[in-house]
Amino acid sequence: MLENETIEIESIDINLWYDDIQALKDISIKLPKNKVTAIIGPSGCGKSTFLRCINRMNDLIKTCRVTGELLCGSTDIYGKDIDVITLRKRIGMVFQKPNPFPMSIYDNIAYGPRIHNNLNKNGLNDLVEESLRSAALWDEVKDKLNKSAFSLSGGQQQRLCIARTLAVKPEVILFDEPCSALDPISTTRIEDLIGKLKKDYTIIIVTHNMQQAARASDYTAFFLLGEMIEFGKTKHIFEKPKQKSTEDYITGRFG
Amino acid sequence: MINIAGHHRILSHDTINKIATLILWASAAVTISFLVYIIGFIIIKGIGVINISFLLESPRMSGAEGGIFNAIVGTLCLVAIAIITAVPIGVGAAIFLIEYATDNPVTRMITFGVECLAGIPSIVIGLFGYAFLVVYLGLGFSILSGGLSLMFMILPWTVRASEEAIKTVPMELKEGSLALGATKWQTIVQIVLPEALPGITTGVILGTGKAIGETAVIMYTAGSSLLLPHSISDPVRALPYHLYILVSEGISEDMAYGSAVVLLVMILIINVMAIGIQKMCNRRRK
Repeated sequence: MLENETIEIESIDINLWYDDIQALKDISIKLPKNKVTAIIGPSGCGKSTFLRCINRMNDLIKTCRVTGELLCGSTDIYGKDIDVITLRKRIGMVFQKPNPFPMSIYDNIAYGPRIHNNLNKNGLNDLVEESLRSAALWDEVKDKLNKSAFSLSGGQQQRLCIARTLAVKPEVILFDEPCSALDPISTTRIEDLIGKLKKDYTIIIVTHNMQQAARASDYTAFFLLGEMIEFGKTKHIFEKPKQKSTEDYITGRFG
Repeated sequence: MINIAGHHRILSHDTINKIATLILWASAAVTISFLVYIIGFIIIKGIGVINISFLLESPRMSGAEGGIFNAIVGTLCLVAIAIITAVPIGVGAAIFLIEYATDNPVTRMITFGVECLAGIPSIVIGLFGYAFLVVYLGLGFSILSGGLSLMFMILPWTVRASEEAIKTVPMELKEGSLALGATKWQTIVQIVLPEALPGITTGVILGTGKAIGETAVIMYTAGSSLLLPHSISDPVRALPYHLYILVSEGISEDMAYGSAVVLLVMILIINVMAIGIQKMCNRRRK
């Protein structure tokens, strides 16, 4: 199934506990480079938790404990000598609710680059423009870069957050239900954008929306109660799933 | 059978409701009328002596004549020292408690300690300031001793206000910053503190209001000199203490009421400033 793919991220027997509640059970999955992989499943199935393992966002939760191997290239994300800062620079994340910083549009995009590299003013201007163009937002904001990011609509804010992530030049972008707070038109624009971005980035998207997974992804993984039930080409998962529970979920019998 | 209509009650629900509303309204009215009465009383008694020279002249004859300029300067110096020292310590402690400390006995002790510090009677803080700062550290009766003692008093308020302000910074913002590869410290400096600033400022300003009116803390620490200070190691007399001396030593009741009006106005200005800052920041968010 993954014959012709380069593997970007490989998870081997990942288990995760919050205190003594097990949220992920033996998750093993290979996520292909420059493809969109969707993770679907009902609420509480562990899909967001798994996503947050990949950039170690779960570190923020003190009771969280992880075992297993999670490889990005040849480095173990949970290895002892890993630098979380470098990791998060390589693996960006876009959140469920648009979360622009309370600053200008320009400063939002420049936030990451200002932290990581010493660009001069022109270099930074170019990077901001490039990132906003890649996120299909440039034309809408180019005349008001100094306006507050809160002056944008929800959909624009989410594209701003995508642009902000792109400005750090990651290799992988994690999307955690990026459209759940958006209207259908904004959703379509984000999906189109994700389709374009996979040329340059490996994309993993958690979604509640089955149509979105079917439309926007190349591969789909179905999670249920902390386990990965099935993984395969999106077409196969939606047309002829192997597992009964996958079929039940996709056809809307539960969830 | 359940009696839904409730017509066996002596008073109907509606009547009870009306009585309750009346009682609550009366409580509010009494509270406000006390405030109006006190302020009105002080202003009527004190407004007569207030003019430009009362504000800008040094006191003469122990304060029986002249103005209260030196006491105003004294108060401002003491409060300035208190704020300059309380803000970094208080904000630092709050950042530690909210962002770094894990929930363990030591952290709970610190939080409990902050609560206790807030509950210590001001005269006891004054006594401690005298024993520790004035005598033991040899700082003498001075702006420094008085200002640092005031700092002990407003510190818990600064910590609490900062804690509350830092807590209200949305998790999503912090996550957004961390996900871009920012360190925890970068996130705190660039995202958390700017967002928490209005809350912290309001807390500090309200603490200042408390410090300005404080007498017991400074009477054993700042001295009672009516001369203008030249450095922070000089003694000063703060406005509330000046008021206390004017009355308790029978120097001049008129001057005391005049000082009280000035003190009230200073505190009023500070509270209006706090409300203004809060409003300004709420508007900016929208």
